[in-house]
Amino acid sequence: MFGAQSIGVLAPSAAFGVLSYDMAHLLGGAALILSFALLYQRRVVSVINIYAMQAIVLAATAAWQGWSQGEPALYVTALIALVAKGVAIPVALYRIVVRLQITRTIETTFGIFPLMIVGVALVVLSIAVVLPSTSAAQAHTLTREDLTLALSVVLLGMLMMITRRNALTQVVGFLSMENGLVLAAVGIEGMPLVVELSTAILVLVAFVVFGVFFFRIRERFDTLDASRLDEIASSHR
Amino acid sequence: MNPLELFTPAGLVPMSAFAAAIVLGCVPSWRAGAWINVAGSTICFLLAVRLPWQVGTAGPLVLVDRLSAHVALLTAFIGMTTSWFSLTYVRAEIAARRLDRRRLRLYHAMYQVFVGGMLMALLSNNLGIAWVSVEAATIAAVLVVGLPRTAEAVEASWKFFIICGVGIALALFGTIVLYVAVSPATGPGLPAMTWSTILPAAARCNGPVLNLAFVFLLLGYGTKAGLAPLHTWMPDAHAEGPTPVSAVLAGSILNVALVVILRLRQLMAGNAEAIDPGVPIMALGLLSLLVAAFSLWPRRDAKRFFAFSTIEQSGVAAFAFGLGGNAAIFAGVLHLTLHTLIKASIFQCIGRATQLKGGQKFTDIGGLITSHRLLGLTLAAGILAVAALPPFGLFTSEFLIATETFRRLPLLSLPLGIGLVVGAWALMMRLQSLCLGVPTPDNGQGSSGSALALAPIWAQLAIVLVLGLAMPAPVVEWLHLMAETVQ
Repeated sequence: MFGAQSIGVLAPSAAFGVLSYDMAHLLGGAALILSFALLYQRRVVSVINIYAMQAIVLAATAAWQGWSQGEPALYVTALIALVAKGVAIPVALYRIVVRLQITRTIETTFGIFPLMIVGVALVVLSIAVVLPSTSAAQAHTLTREDLTLALSVVLLGMLMMITRRNALTQVVGFLSMENGLVLAAVGIEGMPLVVELSTAILVLVAFVVFGVFFFRIRERFDTLDASRLDEIASSHR
Repeated sequence: MNPLELFTPAGLVPMSAFAAAIVLGCVPSWRAGAWINVAGSTICFLLAVRLPWQVGTAGPLVLVDRLSAHVALLTAFIGMTTSWFSLTYVRAEIAARRLDRRRLRLYHAMYQVFVGGMLMALLSNNLGIAWVSVEAATIAAVLVVGLPRTAEAVEASWKFFIICGVGIALALFGTIVLYVAVSPATGPGLPAMTWSTILPAAARCNGPVLNLAFVFLLLGYGTKAGLAPLHTWMPDAHAEGPTPVSAVLAGSILNVALVVILRLRQLMAGNAEAIDPGVPIMALGLLSLLVAAFSLWPRRDAKRFFAFSTIEQSGVAAFAFGLGGNAAIFAGVLHLTLHTLIKASIFQCIGRATQLKGGQKFTDIGGLITSHRLLGLTLAAGILAVAALPPFGLFTSEFLIATETFRRLPLLSLPLGIGLVVGAWALMMRLQSLCLGVPTPDNGQGSSGSALALAPIWAQLAIVLVLGLAMPAPVVEWLHLMAETVQ
């Protein structure tokens, strides 16, 4: 009796036990877990593989949201995520890795334990920031929790950019952050321009990957270690 | 959304720049490219001249109000004068073999994309389109900054791209959250992303969600405005990129970002539940001012030095916007306008000086007034103007901001004053070494510029002088009404 009442408080489409709600949570949660995996993974090739998996989960989320919101435009977003981020970009990154002969590189990064603590703290932060501020809102419960998950993915991507020294894995952190943005955009019902924005994000993402080729960081600096860039900068202040 | 709106008189302003970019991408000759660049920028400015008479246009795509018309006109003007300067700059770079034909084609096309992107962002009524335009302008600028292909230029453009990439990612997240905050008030769909429907509905928006959106948008667009702590891309990008782009970059991209922040402030101020937006904006502004004022001192590179000065002035303008109220916003917009004109003049002078002297370190450039009288005097006038000394207009705007601060928040006038004085002092020190004293040898190639070539710089400085000495009544009224509408 009590249980039925407490579920009745929520909108019928936004409760546990309702497929659209559970599925969106499952996929969002999967994207977040893959962000954690990116954070601790040290082998460059594995990092790329996990990024591809996250992009595929993102594509599934977009397709699911397209179906449950009855918004066919989101299928386009899903297709972009699947083809470009799930296949083309990982392949391009993999080719860079092969060409630069860093397939076997194992990155020394922060210890896994402190990294996980900081990561969990960031997730707690995004819950603490998003949920209370949206609680009074007429905002859909699903929207709120989707925003929390998306913000966590964005923050973990930033954390990865900060903690990595290798330019390539920093780039993957950036790409994972963009995945978080698309995750936020697709989860909000009635959000206009999602396809346009996700295409614009794709341009940005493609430009980053192109940038690794274009800037030929290895040729200029003999190594992909981005911390070397600062040395060069400081000698020219 | 009707794409035909882009071909209305107001929409044609950015579209003409994009059209010029397409033409420039197809023209292999750099000589022709340089002239097409000038023609495109001039046409773009002539189209923008009519913007103040189109105030009130608000479609789903294009918004022309006093603020956007003012800043877009300014951006188009700087785009035009800098393209004139670019003509001689490019010739000297080719002679010195720092750029080749293929890169110049990219340079000219990206110059127009950059200017067009900024104009589009300013005149866009839609937050999503504005975001995409800022992104396009950023990518264009990154490509141009990396063009010299030296290790430092590559490093600068990579840093520029990564920091601004994070900034625009935050801004997009903020835009998405803003949609969640606003959609209960305006209804779902496009109206919730349109400035002209969001702003009147401010009171009915969801306050707490609005706060969340504000934080991300402020940090995101604050990055583009060069506000501390995410300002670090700016000195590198200004120092290593081709000088004409530094000249446009210096004044214009931060205007675009500050216009968004100013509108956001208006939205937040209209909502009773939301936090007071003034405090965080003032805090970021003051922090940028102080960080930049003290960073000016140890600099050894002239272009890097003036980039820090840009951060300082951006901080002052942001502080004024945060302070709010008619007088402060009036002063803030005036400050932005004058700073853009002055900084473009300075970079146009410094660009000539670095080509003449074959280096951009302070040890390379000295005694300009003795060796190249006209150029030296023009640069000296520019530095006096940016140090906010009378009779130039920046004195008026800083004086207004300082008195407003003293009247309303007396304690804050202390750090504000310290920042302004420390910054101006560093500028005066460098004025002495750059323009006075024993001239350094001319190790490079380039021309100090005939009176005709320096005329655009004089025109810019003359506007600054007139606005400082005797601001015409229509300009006062125009700025006054603008401050009232963005209140």
